[in-house]
Amino acid sequence: MLKVICERLRQGHRTAKYPRQDPVLPERFRGLPRLEPGGCPQDCRECLSSCPYGALQVDGGRLRLDMGRCIFCGDCSAACPHEALTFSRDHRLASRTREGLLTDGDVFALAGPLDRRMKKLFGRSLKLRQVSAGGCNACEADLNVLGTLTYDLGRFGIQFVASPRHADGILVTGPVAENMKGALLETYAAIPEPKLVIASGACAIGGGPYRDSPEVNNGLGDLLPVDLYIPGCPPHPYTVLDGLLRMLGRL
Amino acid sequence: MSDSTGKIVSLKNGDSLPLETLPLLSYGEFGDRLLETCSNLGRVSAYFAYPAGDDELDLLAVLARDWQGDLVLLRTRIGNTYPSLTPRCPQLGLFEREIAEEFGAVPTGHPWFKPLRFHRVQPGRLDAWGRDPLRHPVPGEMPFYQVEGEEIHEVAVGPVHAGIIEPGHFRFQCHGEKVLHLEISRGYQHRGIEQLLTGGPHGATIHQLEAAAGDTTIGHASAYCQALESLSGVPASPRGAALRAIALELERLANHVGDLGALAGDIGYLPTASFCGRIRGDYLNLTAEICGSRFGRGLVRPGGVAFDVDPLLAAAMLQRLAAMEKDTRGAIELFFDSPSVLARIEGTGIVTPEVAEELGMVGMAARASGLTIDSRLHHPLGNREGSFAPVVIEEDGDVCARAKIRRREIYDSLEMVRKGLRNLPPGPIRCALPALAPRSLTVSLVEGWRGEVVHVALTDGRGALSRYKVVDPSFRNWGGLAMALRGEQISDFPLCNKSFNLSYCGFDL
Repeated sequence: MLKVICERLRQGHRTAKYPRQDPVLPERFRGLPRLEPGGCPQDCRECLSSCPYGALQVDGGRLRLDMGRCIFCGDCSAACPHEALTFSRDHRLASRTREGLLTDGDVFALAGPLDRRMKKLFGRSLKLRQVSAGGCNACEADLNVLGTLTYDLGRFGIQFVASPRHADGILVTGPVAENMKGALLETYAAIPEPKLVIASGACAIGGGPYRDSPEVNNGLGDLLPVDLYIPGCPPHPYTVLDGLLRMLGRL
Repeated sequence: MSDSTGKIVSLKNGDSLPLETLPLLSYGEFGDRLLETCSNLGRVSAYFAYPAGDDELDLLAVLARDWQGDLVLLRTRIGNTYPSLTPRCPQLGLFEREIAEEFGAVPTGHPWFKPLRFHRVQPGRLDAWGRDPLRHPVPGEMPFYQVEGEEIHEVAVGPVHAGIIEPGHFRFQCHGEKVLHLEISRGYQHRGIEQLLTGGPHGATIHQLEAAAGDTTIGHASAYCQALESLSGVPASPRGAALRAIALELERLANHVGDLGALAGDIGYLPTASFCGRIRGDYLNLTAEICGSRFGRGLVRPGGVAFDVDPLLAAAMLQRLAAMEKDTRGAIELFFDSPSVLARIEGTGIVTPEVAEELGMVGMAARASGLTIDSRLHHPLGNREGSFAPVVIEEDGDVCARAKIRRREIYDSLEMVRKGLRNLPPGPIRCALPALAPRSLTVSLVEGWRGEVVHVALTDGRGALSRYKVVDPSFRNWGGLAMALRGEQISDFPLCNKSFNLSYCGFDL
C-alpha cells in the first residue's frame, strides 16, 4: 500500500487543463486544412489527383476540401507545388452538418450547440453508447482514451455506457460494414427517444479508407440522422472532446 | 532456392521469385510435403487460393522453417472439392474455411466446417454451404457448438459489447460458472480488404492496409512496403528502415503498456490501470512527434518513410523517453508486486505449448506458452540482419505469463528505441521504387506487437497485384483464447481476453 501511495505521489496529477488551456499538439499534427489557392495556375490539378478519395474538388473555380472524405494523410499537401494547401495544428474540426465539413479555406464554422430543449436535456449529463461498425480500432482506442485521467471525460458529465437502454445517444465509428448494419440499427432502436447520433471518424462519415468497398455502406449516410460529425482518421481525442462540448454548448 | 528434386522451393523473408519457378505438385504430394515440413519444426504462415482457370484454383502454402530462417512454398491445383488436411494438421482449419468461403472449394472431411467472415462467394462460383450466392449472408448464422445436459446453460455475448471495442459474438457453454467450451464468431468487421487490393497498388491501398488493424498500423504498413520493395528490387533506404524499426517498437510499447493497464482494470487494481492508461497515450504521442499521427498513419511508405527524425527531434524524444520509462516501470512494477493481482492471474487461462503449437499460434501469445517464435530473430530483414534480436519466452502459458512477456518486451523495446534513435544511419529516408516485377511472388513477414504479420503478394503480367493475402497474427491466435477458457470460470473471460487482446479487424479484414 505504501508503495502505491509513493508511486501515486511520484506520478502526480496529470489531468489536462482543457478547456481552460488549449492543448499543445505535435509539430507535424495534421488538423484543420488551410487552403490558399491564390497562386494556383488555372490548369493545375496536382492536389486533386493525389487524393484517392475525391476529398478535393474545384467548384466554380474555388478549391474545396471535404473533411468528411479526407483521411488527413497529407498527400495533397505534399503533392502541391504551390503550397496552396497545408494542414494547421488546429484540432477543432467537428460540424453539426455534413455540408459544414466542406471548407474552402475561409473561416471554418465550428459546430454549434443543440437546440434549447435538447441542450436542456443533455447539456449537463450525456450518456453515450458506442458502436464500432467496422472501425479498425484506432477510432475506438482514441475514444477509450477520453476516459483516462488526462482527458477525464467524466468531469464534463459525459460518459460511455454499457447498454443502449441507459444511453441518450449513439456514437458510431467505422464505415458500417454490411455485417454490422443490422446490429447498429438494432442498437439505435433500443435507445429511448429523444436521442442523438454522432459519426466519429472518416469511416463513419463517408466510408474512410474503405469508401466504395462492396462490403461497407460508406458510413452512416442516410442510415441514421446524424447530429454531429467528427472528422479525422482517427480523430484526435481533443477533436472528439471539442465536438462533444460544442454540441452541448459548453464551449 | 530449390532442393535436389526441384519440388521444394524456399525463399527468405522479403525475397521474391518468378511465379513460373513454383512447381505444380499433385495434391497428394503437396499434402505429404506440407505435413512433413510441419512435423519438422515448420509451421503454416499463410495458406490461400487464387483462381487458375474457370473451375480450378491454385493453392499456395507458405511454411515457415524458423530455425532454418526460410519460407517453403508449396503449390497445387484443386477443383471444387478436395480432401481436407485439417484432421492431420489443425493449423490449417481456419485457412481451409477461409478458402471455401471465398471460392466455394469444399475441403471434404473438415471437422469444423463453417463460414468465417460471412461474405458472398466470389462471382461465378458456388457457395460452399449451398446458400444463395447472391444474397449477403447474415453474420453468426451457423450451427454453434452446443453442450447438452441438465444444468448446462449457454451464455451469448455480442456482437455489440459493453465497452468501446470492436464487435464479435461469443457463445459460452457453461456448467454453473465453469466454461466447458467457448465458440467465437466473427466477421462483423469484414470490409473486403483483399478484394480491394486486387489490381493495385491503387492510391488507396496503403491507407487501407494502414487501417487493416488500427493498432498495428506500422506492422501492416511495413509488411506491405516490404512486399513492394521486394517486387521492385529496391530495398528500403537504411535510414528509412531504421525509422520503421523505431516506430514498430513504439507501437509495441503503446499497446503492451495499454494492455497491462486494461488487465489491471479488469482485476480492479486501479493504480496500474490509471497510470498505464495515461502512459500508453505518452507513447502514442511520441509516434505523433515523428509523423503527426498517434497511430503512425502516413509514416511508413514504399521505399522507406515519409518523415525524418532530425538530431533535435531525436534528442527531444530521448529526453521524453527517459521520463516515460520511469513512469512505465513504476506503474508496471506495482502490478507485479501486488499479491492480490498475482493471485488473480497466476494459473488462469492456460494454453499449453502443445495446444499453442497445434493451433499454429504466433507472437506474444505463443511466446508466453514457451514457443520460440519471433520473426525478428528467425526472419530478420534490413537493419536487423545479423543482429540477435532479444526473444522473450515465458513457459506457463497463463494470463500471468502473457503479462510478464509484455513487461519484459516493454523494457526491451525501450532499449531498442533508445539505441535506434542514437544510431540513425545517414542518407535519404526514402528510395524511389521502379515498377513491380511481372508474374512474381513475394512473402513479407513483420513481427508486429501481437505477432507475425504476413503479407503475400502475387503480380500479373503487367506487374499489378493479382492476389494479395494478408494474415494478421490474430487469425492464428483467436483459437488460443477459446482454448484458454476451457475449464475456467466465465468471470475469467475478460482477463483472458485482455491478456491476448486480439484484433477483430485484423481477423475479419
